[in-house]
Amino acid sequence: MSPARRAPQPREIPGLTRPRQPRLPSVAERTLPNGLRVVAVRRASVPLVQVRMRIPTAVRRPGDLARMLLLQRSIMLGTAERSQGELAEALQHLGGSLRFYADADGLVMAGDSLASELGPLLALAAEVLTSSSYPRAAVEREADRFADGLRRALSQPGVLADEAWRGRAFGAHPYGRDVPSPEEVLEVPASSMRAAHRRRVGPDGAVLVLVGDLRPARALDQVERAWAGWTAGGGASHVPPLPALEPGPLVLVDRPGAVQSNLRLGGPAPRRGEPTYAAAEIANALFGGYFSSRLVTNIREDKGYTYSPYSLINNAAAGSWVTVAADVATEVTAPALLETSYELGRMASLPPGADEVAATGQYLVGSIALSTATQSGLADTLLDLLTDGQDVAWLREHPQRLAAVTPEQVHEASIPMLGPAGLVSAVVGDAELVEGPLAALGEVVRT
Amino acid sequence: MATTTGIASRRTPSYAVERATLRNGLRVVIAPDRSSPVVGVAVYYDVGIRSEPEGRTGFAHLFEHLMFQGSVSLGKMEHIRYVQSSGGSLNGSTRLDYTNYYEALPSSALERALFLEADRMRAPALTEDNLANQLDVVKEEIRVNVLNQPYGGFPWLTLPPVLFETFPNAHNGYGGFEDLESATVEDAADFFDQYYAPGNAVLAIAGDLDADQAMTLVRRHFGDVPRRDVPPRPDFDEPAPTSERRAEHHDALAPAPAVALGWRVPDPADLDAYLPHVLLASVLSAGDASRLRRRLVQDDRTATDIGAHLAFMEDAFDVRNPTAMIIEAHHAPEIPADRVVSAVDEELDRIATDGVPEDELARIRARTASAMHQRADHVLARTLAMASYEQQRGRAELVGEMPALLAAVTAEQVAAAAASLRPDSRARLDVVADGAR
Repeated sequence: MSPARRAPQPREIPGLTRPRQPRLPSVAERTLPNGLRVVAVRRASVPLVQVRMRIPTAVRRPGDLARMLLLQRSIMLGTAERSQGELAEALQHLGGSLRFYADADGLVMAGDSLASELGPLLALAAEVLTSSSYPRAAVEREADRFADGLRRALSQPGVLADEAWRGRAFGAHPYGRDVPSPEEVLEVPASSMRAAHRRRVGPDGAVLVLVGDLRPARALDQVERAWAGWTAGGGASHVPPLPALEPGPLVLVDRPGAVQSNLRLGGPAPRRGEPTYAAAEIANALFGGYFSSRLVTNIREDKGYTYSPYSLINNAAAGSWVTVAADVATEVTAPALLETSYELGRMASLPPGADEVAATGQYLVGSIALSTATQSGLADTLLDLLTDGQDVAWLREHPQRLAAVTPEQVHEASIPMLGPAGLVSAVVGDAELVEGPLAALGEVVRT
Repeated sequence: MATTTGIASRRTPSYAVERATLRNGLRVVIAPDRSSPVVGVAVYYDVGIRSEPEGRTGFAHLFEHLMFQGSVSLGKMEHIRYVQSSGGSLNGSTRLDYTNYYEALPSSALERALFLEADRMRAPALTEDNLANQLDVVKEEIRVNVLNQPYGGFPWLTLPPVLFETFPNAHNGYGGFEDLESATVEDAADFFDQYYAPGNAVLAIAGDLDADQAMTLVRRHFGDVPRRDVPPRPDFDEPAPTSERRAEHHDALAPAPAVALGWRVPDPADLDAYLPHVLLASVLSAGDASRLRRRLVQDDRTATDIGAHLAFMEDAFDVRNPTAMIIEAHHAPEIPADRVVSAVDEELDRIATDGVPEDELARIRARTASAMHQRADHVLARTLAMASYEQQRGRAELVGEMPALLAAVTAEQVAAAAASLRPDSRARLDVVADGAR
């Protein structure tokens, strides 16, 4: 630093001003005769509308995952009235988009458009839901593309690590995999898509959320009019309850020559509706769920082992679990696992400081405010809440629950969720280099 | 159906901007919007990857990490903890032409956020320990994003050295490990002195605030940051290729080949010349109705994925000259890359020769407008856009004006943009998939 400059003196950090509470959105709701639950919320910050829908249709048998994902990728390939290109053009004209995602719990639809085009957007969505045509050649092309994409995905070490952890944690349960093999996808008959759509893509038990520059009551009418003809499907279906996690030896997946190892650990977490959920959220965040956490402080900011370690709570239909992840330099694989286990053990053995708990709770409260401050964030959050059996009141009540959590409650929530004795662990890395050091810490099995 | 005039005249939030320049040279823009109780705060320093000296590749980014390490008032991790324990989230990034630091918070934490940004503008803690630690962290960042990743750095790190010849434009912005390891605390102090002067920065604040009160707080916390000289920004321009430039990149982890093409485009400072290229990128690859996706992915099946975008870090609206249009495609090993490239050439020719029908352009405009509204709905995205528009163009108001400017681009301009993307003026990089089984 240039000697000419006077060294600055420490200054006092300003406090916070009185928080302004987010206004709870006003909600209109209706369940249509076809069983679809529709929720509409006005937020006129920009002249757009956001549409989200979850259709619970579970993956149950081997092969279902590949079929569901191919269906999701093929649902926009054409309708009774339009080709793939015409459908995409029609959406663009509305300033819109319509996308589908699938996982073991079912199908999610996400769309948006200029606010003035909500009616046409709903009409196009209805057209897809009721008359998607799955042209054979296009579906086969999509399967090829999907298989190519899967080969690329499965060459990523992070994806391999996530899959190894899921397989070890959930075994044959549908959550045991998130990614099908390219071969499974190529085996799905293109001709089976229409029947799968009729069986699975139905309104009964589904939830639709609309958020944006709209009038809620009118939006409900628009949905009811545009979607009256959507009656397909065998109703909602759900995956079986999640099996209890069985801790065991660390699973090591060999990736010869890898310059990093991908660590994944995890244990069971409470559901959003359970009384311990707020404490568990604080425990997760305080441990590794945000930058100020113990895990980041230790293995990144103190030791420099890793760039972006994290932990997070996954909320799926059949259960919740916590995932702890760190991608670390090969030569520090065992030390990084040791420090991670130390921090996990500390969570399970001792209550955290009251100041840590308060700071983490405040962070989580702020995160709710930030993530619901946009139309799309509010739509995503509402869909998650409604899917999980909660409602919009959660946005008001949950900050109060977070603020009331005590260090003892965080400790109690940590024992089953983060206690090293109960966790399932997997590592992807260069086995020749990391197996010995890892085996010095505990039992290791190679896959 | 949307029409040109329909989109342009649609009710668009205008985000009125208040601005001031402090006596130390700091430029400030403030835009209130009371719809949600959150604020965004961003500081943009006018220094980026292109300003790194030779032998110091990756230094701008390494230095960015050092700005989070505390100060005379704050110990290590305290800056981050003060933001997060106020309910906020934060980050920073290093781009070709700027380095930014930003946070989104409940509006109750506005003054605290301003204090924290002023604090590190005054004097970050540049110590041996912090440098050694963040050097390790940055190496892991490079390993996770590049070295241990199939297609790592494709094409943002691998195409520039093919398209450009001068060090500022061609070098690897993440940096080589040797260069990074040779960086010293003294280098960091010099870099700070040279580039992190208040007069070389723009502060943007948006969201749930009163503009006058916010300006008072800005003066309170930033007013006494000492004024320092601001270095002139070099002109990084260099001649465009006059023949095709080609290279191969062997990727030991990639399971299938890929190809990237890059063309120089007009100086983004000249919006009239530049914006047609932005729309052209959408005509080419935005969604299933786009030209390249229809031709290569749906009809010919020559590519499994294809994308077109402006600027190497996909920051079309906040990159300076020189920059590029980039088209990248993944394809199956049995399809020769030449077939992918010829199909792209034919589609560009078709646009250049036959033009773009008004109906097609209308839907591209509608989608572009709605994407820009969606970004503006996010308080932090809006704050960031304001900061970069103010820094590079002196006009934060562009955050509200850009949809209309894009809507005014004509079909003829888009066709002319396509005509400028000739095979003999481009760079081409082929990824050889050494990881194919």
